[in-house]
Amino acid sequence: MVPQRIERDILIDAPVEIVWAVVTEPEHISGWFSDTVELDLRPGGAAALSWDDYGTVRGRVERVEPPHFFSFRWVVHREPGAPVRDGNSTLVEFSLSPEGEATRLTVVESGFRDLSGSEDENQGHVDGHRRGWDHELGELQEYAEKRMRAGR
Amino acid sequence: MTPAVAEVDELWAAVGDPTRRRVLDVLLDRGEASATVVAAELPVTRQAVAKHLAVLDRAGLVEGRRRGREVRYAVRPERLDTAARSMAEVAAGWDTRLHAIKRIAEAAAAAQREQARTRKETR
Repeated sequence: MVPQRIERDILIDAPVEIVWAVVTEPEHISGWFSDTVELDLRPGGAAALSWDDYGTVRGRVERVEPPHFFSFRWVVHREPGAPVRDGNSTLVEFSLSPEGEATRLTVVESGFRDLSGSEDENQGHVDGHRRGWDHELGELQEYAEKRMRAGR
Repeated sequence: MTPAVAEVDELWAAVGDPTRRRVLDVLLDRGEASATVVAAELPVTRQAVAKHLAVLDRAGLVEGRRRGREVRYAVRPERLDTAARSMAEVAAGWDTRLHAIKRIAEAAAAAQREQARTRKETR
């Protein structure tokens, strides 16, 4: 099955080094992401993304290959302050590649399928098969939209 | 964006299971149905259906109403719609962030070019 992921890219009229700085330096990150950022930019390094009106989401740096690749996991579960685990976080990967004097920036967020259900649900489930997503989210979206129309 | 994702991930987990989607299909086709009726249409036991209905109920995707001795379940379509939209929101969230990165980086690059030009002129 195709791994489920969201991919987006954009062409930026700036050299790779500048885009790298904007993507990885906390003073820049707070301009496009959370209100405040703490980031230990090395594999395994801790990240904390804070929104004034939401709270803090924890993350963990995975790979750092300046100026072309940067990835981290971040918690998307109902427990925003919780430490990063495989079942409560998704992987975000930034790739930077030069195109002439510009830079193509691509972001991929993946791992939605691996998000586990609540503890309660995990206990209540007895058939032992692996929980979580077995569908691409696009497919899921299509399903839900189709059913929405049918249900009306 | 993040807050939206935090709210709906339980919803995704509930709809992510293929059997639960089939349970939803049966409920949508019938309007409302009891666990016994749903189980008669699927290759799973009534007990298993009851568990799936409990998960769907917790996620707010179905609601049960007591009719005499049985509980009949119906889909809450607005919640199904939320599950569908949340994925589009994640994508839209990244589009917004990428555009912000572009703005910041291009402004920095323009400032750098301007600096280099000024240096050359004063030389």
